[in-house]
Amino acid sequence: MIDTLLSALGTLLSFQHLFYMLIGVSVGLLVGVIPGLGGIAGLSLLIPFLYGMNEISALAMLIGLVAVIPTSDTFASVLMGIPGSSASQATVLDGFPLARKGQAARALSAAFISSMAGGIFGAIILTGFVVIARPLILSFGSAELFMLALFGLSMVAVLAGRSLAKGLAACCIGLVIGSIGGAPATGEFRMIFGFDYLYDGIPLVIVGLGFFAVPEIADLLRRNSAIASGNALGSGWFQGLRDWWANVWLSMRCSGFGCIIGSIPGLGGSVVDWIAYGHAVQTVKKDPHFGQGDIRGVIAPESSNNAMQGGALLPTMLFGIPGSGSMAVFLGGMVLLGIQPGPSMVGADLDITYSVIWSLALANVMGAGICLALAIPISKLTQVPFQRLAPFMIVLICFAAFQATRSLADLVALLALGVLGVLMKRFGWPRPALLIGYVLAPQAETYLYQALQFYGWDFVFRPGVIVIALMTLASIWFGLRNRVDEHGHVVPNADDAPDVPSFKAHLPQIGFAAAMAVLLVVALTDALKHGFLAQVFPLSVSLVGLTMLVILIPQLARGKTGHHSHFDAELTGEHVGQEGVGNLWGGLVWIAGLVALTALIGFYAAMLVFFPIFLTVRAKAGPVMTGLMTAGVAGAILLLAWALALNFPSGVLQDAVDLPWPFR
Amino acid sequence: MTMKLTITRRVALGLAAGAMTFALAGPATAEVSFAGKTIEWIIPFSAGGGSDTWARFNAPLLSKYLPGNPTVVVVNESGGGSTKGTNLFAARAKPDGLMILGTSGSTQFPYLLGDPRVRYEYKDWRIAMAGPTGGVVYTTPKLGLKGPEDIAMLKDKELVYASQGATSLDLVPLLGFRLMDFKVQHVFGFKGRGDGRLAFERGEVNIDYQTSSAYLKNVQPLVDAGEAVPLFSWGVLDEAGNVVRDPTFPDLPSFVEAYEMLTGVAPSSPEYAAYFAFFTAGFPAQKMVFLPKGTSDEIVAAYQKAFEDMKADPDYQANAEAVLGTYGQVTGALAQALFEKGTTIAPEVRAQVADMLSSEYGVKLGE
Repeated sequence: MIDTLLSALGTLLSFQHLFYMLIGVSVGLLVGVIPGLGGIAGLSLLIPFLYGMNEISALAMLIGLVAVIPTSDTFASVLMGIPGSSASQATVLDGFPLARKGQAARALSAAFISSMAGGIFGAIILTGFVVIARPLILSFGSAELFMLALFGLSMVAVLAGRSLAKGLAACCIGLVIGSIGGAPATGEFRMIFGFDYLYDGIPLVIVGLGFFAVPEIADLLRRNSAIASGNALGSGWFQGLRDWWANVWLSMRCSGFGCIIGSIPGLGGSVVDWIAYGHAVQTVKKDPHFGQGDIRGVIAPESSNNAMQGGALLPTMLFGIPGSGSMAVFLGGMVLLGIQPGPSMVGADLDITYSVIWSLALANVMGAGICLALAIPISKLTQVPFQRLAPFMIVLICFAAFQATRSLADLVALLALGVLGVLMKRFGWPRPALLIGYVLAPQAETYLYQALQFYGWDFVFRPGVIVIALMTLASIWFGLRNRVDEHGHVVPNADDAPDVPSFKAHLPQIGFAAAMAVLLVVALTDALKHGFLAQVFPLSVSLVGLTMLVILIPQLARGKTGHHSHFDAELTGEHVGQEGVGNLWGGLVWIAGLVALTALIGFYAAMLVFFPIFLTVRAKAGPVMTGLMTAGVAGAILLLAWALALNFPSGVLQDAVDLPWPFR
Repeated sequence: MTMKLTITRRVALGLAAGAMTFALAGPATAEVSFAGKTIEWIIPFSAGGGSDTWARFNAPLLSKYLPGNPTVVVVNESGGGSTKGTNLFAARAKPDGLMILGTSGSTQFPYLLGDPRVRYEYKDWRIAMAGPTGGVVYTTPKLGLKGPEDIAMLKDKELVYASQGATSLDLVPLLGFRLMDFKVQHVFGFKGRGDGRLAFERGEVNIDYQTSSAYLKNVQPLVDAGEAVPLFSWGVLDEAGNVVRDPTFPDLPSFVEAYEMLTGVAPSSPEYAAYFAFFTAGFPAQKMVFLPKGTSDEIVAAYQKAFEDMKADPDYQANAEAVLGTYGQVTGALAQALFEKGTTIAPEVRAQVADMLSSEYGVKLGE
């Protein structure tokens, strides 16, 4: 084994392989920076070049690409509050507040160093783990996978915010959104309301952007200031390095989680960052201010998501089962190279496996190094007045959103969830709880059904199930003790929330809670139309959600001033009473404008109209500036679309007239 | 330095191959030329899946052998279980040969089942190529079997199968097992055949099938170790449309032979008609490449010729087995026959399958 390891390392360090890996890393960083584009887009860019390439070089290139995507997607998460990919949603929670405090460079460098450490640590674990991975992966049956989904859901306890009822209701809404589309047991389509789009459920990227990016854009746009409030960019990356070093054990633990959870096929990588984040909140004792810019809220998810990619390699290579979306494409690449995954990967082909694992570590070093060098110049973006940045971000999130299914419906769904997201932010509904529910809904439902089919209720006595159940209970216990509110403080027992002592002022939040109840009732009535196996999950979830609202609504209506359930940013937020703060809906109206234009004339043409109008009317830019910026964006998007061979969403105009690409 | 060498060699190969095609082609396809054009190959699945890999393997070869060497780009339009991209092709493609469609069994099945999302009609299109595939059904020795000859021992056993859903490609084993009168509990919600194999290795299920290449790589070692027993292959279609033994597995009986071993007679019931329709759409006619309605004979011929010519290419020969399994891609009369058999179902057969799925598995087809 040691011989194989060393010889694998030897071939890897030749100039040619490093060169190809650098190509992979560069493409990976590039697609990682752009939200919505992930491993899938990057690998489809590289695959045409794979023909005729030497096996190890081609693998190095593919690995270079896959490894660094969770590194560079941090830029969008930290600087703009846009979850760059599913792996960095949790990074937004503390990374973006740090950027707004003017500490973007610190957050970025801590994130990159954590990514590098996570990647390397992941590779070290994998080196030993790969030999015993096969039996270990086989010991995770549907029962254990169901328990892992519950373990993921237990993170809601710590992220539920001040009002537990509100947090659980938000989680139930997430679970309901996650159960839209085909039921796993019978294939019946739930809550589709006649829309073709909803048959497949709402894609993850739309949910992430709608609930996190849109509310931030709306919020920034009404204030008319730069993202960073201060002028300083923080003391730069030495501070980040020190932050990481001070939390090195947290980083190690989180990369361990990432590696193991990534290697279990079926759970998916999208929940790893939340588990790591939840873990940080549960265990950090000293001066926590999560959600308000705690650097440990950046270190934990970033350590785990790079390690997760390494873990996800195992089921891909040993069983031919992709552990994540980008691994599916990696698998396709392997097949094109003539490498068939299978048991031989730990036998005769062990050298390939090791060269893959160590390529991963090396690529992580390269990627983090390049990103560190770019961190300080790029974080200057946070000092640009936001109205100049806003049209780029609006176009960027729309571009990201329509990568999901490449249709106009993506943009409409983004807008609808964006409205919900803005309101949830306003009324203090914990969006992370909702997202965790959404991500885990299909897993929880499918694996519970499968476990019951295979084992009956006896599955609860399986040793693996009992172990994970104990972990889940511990997680809930620690979670409830360390629950943090929207100000990042551990939830106090006293009802001392800032509040306005008037029933009338509370009407909007009561109204929103009532609207959420209506949403759950809609889900409930839809569930009743289906057969038992298809209805039992959405039915029970919406009943639990409604119970929470039955508790919450009277608290909102009758609770005394400062009751812990009360929250309305429009009453007590720091912007209240300040000069020059615009309307809550301003940002959404602009996004809606772009979507409506797209419906009329197609996305590319709509963008060409939207950009100059926004810059002239909203940002008051001069004609030269407007022209240059529009041309720059038009060129960049065109190049990207051409490289990815994609058609933009079309509108009414395209149905009537046949236009050449890119207007088609 | 190395890169430069590689390119030179590939250019030289390309030139040589090009010269050969030119010499062979003669004037027959002279009037069709795609020089300077870009051909969009719509794949109604996301990047990285089996259909995508298949298309990306074929695309550069197609570019090389089509007259005028056009650029061929694979455009992924996934969604709606492949109905979205296929609807898009049906609505948008013009008969100029610049947009082609690659379908899979998952595109054929909703069409055969009458899914309300289907807004395409196979009979409008012209076939350029068909790519068959095959698979092997296997079980565990724990049930007492030693080999395919013991299949009758499964008759009264409690079998469990990991299915991707009753309307997915796993409808073929569902109908097949019913025909053989096996008592199989289908557990739905699996994400792919690979997940099903994992469930078999974990001991959660005791009967499974894998497509040929996955079987050779991942199940054959289990068979050799005495942890799995092969039962039969689905079989392939000959030019007369009969199910015969899969040449990749000459020692295994085909489904039809296995049926005869169990019952003593050849299958002929209406249930077999239903099985046969979905089997053909799912295996012998699984992958197909189409040109839109009204495409001229010359363009269709140019495509068929390109798909034939590429078989001699060293790149094709080096990787075909890994990507396509052991089945060649076919054109011409055989492709036409597979196309017709794989996209035709009698209304009463469809109704019978729909009734059975709804009454026994709670599946509503949403008509």
